[in-house]
Amino acid sequence: MDELEAIKVTFFQECEELLADLEGGLLAMQEGAGDLETVNAVFRAVHSIKGGAGAFGLEPLVRFAHVFETLLDAVRGGSVPNTTDLAAVLLRASDILADHVSAARGLGDVDMAASAAMAVELAHCTDPSSAPAPVAAAPVVEDFAPAPAVVAADDAMDDDDLGFIFVPQTITVEAQAADAELESSNTWTVSIRPKSDLYRKANETALLLRELNRLGPIKATLDDSALPALEDLDPEAAYVTWTVTVDTDQDEAAIREVFEFVDGDCELEITRGAGPVADPMASLLTVADAPIVVELGAPAPAVVEAVAPPPVVEAAPVAPAPAPVAAAPAAPAAPAQKATPVEVPGPGQSVIRVDPERIDRLIDLVGELVINQAMLAQRVGEYGIAPSSNLAMGLDELEQLTREIQDSVMAIRAQPVKSVFQRMPRLVREVANMTHKQARLVMDGENTEVDKTVIERLSDPITHMLRNAIDHGLESPEERKAAGKNPEGVVRLAALHRSGRIVIEVSDDGKGINRERVFSIAVKKGLIAADTQLTDEEIDNLIFLPGFSTADKISDVSGRGVGMDVVKRSVQALGGRISIASRPGLGSTFTLSLPLTLAVLDGMVVDVAGETLVVPLAAIVESLRPKPEEVRPLGPVGSVLAVRDSFVPLIDVGLTLGYRDQSPHPTDGVVLLVEGEDGSRAALVADAIHGQRQVVIKSLEQNYQQVEGVAAATILGDGRVALILDVDATIAMRRREGGAPRPTEPSLIAAE
Amino acid sequence: MTRTILTVDDSRTMRDMLRMALVGAGFNVVEAVDGEHGLEVLSAHRPDIIITDINMPKLDGFGFIEAVRVDDDYRAIPILVLTTESDPAKKQRAREAGATGWIVKPFNPEKLVDAIRRVAA
Repeated sequence: MDELEAIKVTFFQECEELLADLEGGLLAMQEGAGDLETVNAVFRAVHSIKGGAGAFGLEPLVRFAHVFETLLDAVRGGSVPNTTDLAAVLLRASDILADHVSAARGLGDVDMAASAAMAVELAHCTDPSSAPAPVAAAPVVEDFAPAPAVVAADDAMDDDDLGFIFVPQTITVEAQAADAELESSNTWTVSIRPKSDLYRKANETALLLRELNRLGPIKATLDDSALPALEDLDPEAAYVTWTVTVDTDQDEAAIREVFEFVDGDCELEITRGAGPVADPMASLLTVADAPIVVELGAPAPAVVEAVAPPPVVEAAPVAPAPAPVAAAPAAPAAPAQKATPVEVPGPGQSVIRVDPERIDRLIDLVGELVINQAMLAQRVGEYGIAPSSNLAMGLDELEQLTREIQDSVMAIRAQPVKSVFQRMPRLVREVANMTHKQARLVMDGENTEVDKTVIERLSDPITHMLRNAIDHGLESPEERKAAGKNPEGVVRLAALHRSGRIVIEVSDDGKGINRERVFSIAVKKGLIAADTQLTDEEIDNLIFLPGFSTADKISDVSGRGVGMDVVKRSVQALGGRISIASRPGLGSTFTLSLPLTLAVLDGMVVDVAGETLVVPLAAIVESLRPKPEEVRPLGPVGSVLAVRDSFVPLIDVGLTLGYRDQSPHPTDGVVLLVEGEDGSRAALVADAIHGQRQVVIKSLEQNYQQVEGVAAATILGDGRVALILDVDATIAMRRREGGAPRPTEPSLIAAE
Repeated sequence: MTRTILTVDDSRTMRDMLRMALVGAGFNVVEAVDGEHGLEVLSAHRPDIIITDINMPKLDGFGFIEAVRVDDDYRAIPILVLTTESDPAKKQRAREAGATGWIVKPFNPEKLVDAIRRVAA
């Protein structure tokens, strides 16, 4: 039973893949791909889901899949034209199919009314003459019945499959007329005249006799009168007729069932009673002689061999019970055989399935190894061992190896973002429907790989960004037309690797951010002062402020009580950044960047007011010691640094994080020139630089709580806890406060 | 002697179901994911019986059966067609291609073993 449960798990995994294939194929069809291979693949996806669902008795899923499949089969066969309109219907059907799969899995419910309506629509597409029954008439609620016509056809065919239940029994009637006694007779006479097709399909007369023998003792007679002389014999042809009497308490249907697979490939007569031997010339044979005859009629040597061991032979005339034969193919499995490993040979099949927990454990261990190696390197440094010594060089090699091991291990857990992306087309369809907009989703970079821990956290922000893009970004089709745009808006979702991070971009070709409105809302809500001077970019980013929501009324779609600020916070908690760029009338782009893994980080270790901090290396452009003439005051407390041709704001990290109230002069310390996700630059002032190090990220949120300006924590080589700086948050904090210190900033206990 | 059965199906679920039923009944099982792959596995493992799906990518069940039947080495191997098709035309096409018998999905292990017994010596 456990095994069956395991297969069920596999089935649902496979369903996910098949649903993705289905959607991919249907989207291609909507784009105009009408090739048979696409349609076939789409058909196979639904067909396989139905097949598996049938095996597990998942009735509602089977029934919906059946109606769906029937339509796809018609499309495949050409009787229903493959149009983009049809593809739209099929896409909606695929969404409902996905709901059925989820429901079968115990996750969520199916809207049975919608499902029934869709089933009717699908049936109507399959056969337009079937009136699209009004939804009210559908006998549904908890379980819809597919169009009655389909059911009836099914039943009829099932009967056919079972074989001969309703076949008129003319022969029996005649026998009755001839001799009433035969009615009670348990003896049947079966005449079999195989055609060559029977052998061509690898069926075998001897096996048929063996099957008859299972019903009761048999006596077989062979008529070989049609057998030509040896020189005229066609080895592929069939010449003989068998007449078999069988004593059985089974009925005619049971006898006919023996011949189910050879229906049409032999002439078959079944009569009740002992029946006369047809031909006086016929040789009376025991079954023991059978192999000889079969050998003559057999088409290939292999068949002869297959027949050669004749267990039937001895058993047939004597044994009243069909026992001995039955044992042959269905021999009970010895335990050793049960354990026979299954082979999945062939190219492209070298995949190993590993319990994810084992990999997670391995990654944890490698993380510990990294820390340990760093600790060791530090100790060696403390002992003043020369960098050129063998020990130090050996340690360098160890560091190299550790890093390679880490990369390789992380690669095992890396997955393409496809698994998240493939859920999005449906979301876009639904949101577009709900908001009465026309939207087309274009996806790019689905195969970009990222650590599993990150993948799991991507879904929510992407979902929210897409909703936002359609609900707030895109205009209504009328507005778009009026603006000279295609009524159908395009939403683009892309993933790419950029400087050691994964970047997700969600862009739309809508109206862009209405900056005046955003600004006035921010003022109205008290988020900024009315006289604040902000750049366009800064205004755009106001939407990430807590308590900001541009929708006048919370819509069904973007509402749900979640604002962009929540998205931003959850992204930041992952060491990620989110920003927006907008061009009025042309659209907006959300850019989300996350580390490739949530396990390790390359960082610069710095000293600030006696605390040790780690600044993510990815954010650092360069580090420098400013000259006095490069520092210029700006406003009452702020100052800027002249870097080549531009000025960047100077931020004292110690002040921002509340480590100190008075900033030292920047020339006394070191400056790290950093770049935020939105491209804005800042110069972070620290007291000293310790060097570059790879650190294992420990979530501050899980162990303490979220702290603004701090992305996470780590354990350094000497065992001390250090905070990892959130560069973007630090820039934002300084920007918001105009560089003024905040007296209420809580002190950071976690650093101690 | 343990007999070897080749199962050809593009659905992992179905291959797993077959394997469970067949290994449970004492057969050795080799698997293939489509008709093309089936032909490769066929020559590598020389199975005693073949069970194949019809709807598959690359080479479908009909094509696979035909390819097996034209090969003198394999044409006497019994082939059972697995199908959920209630369409008699499809069953007929499989028979014309050379299928020995068929199993209607969903199957239970008894039905499966029963069909194998009927076609295998």
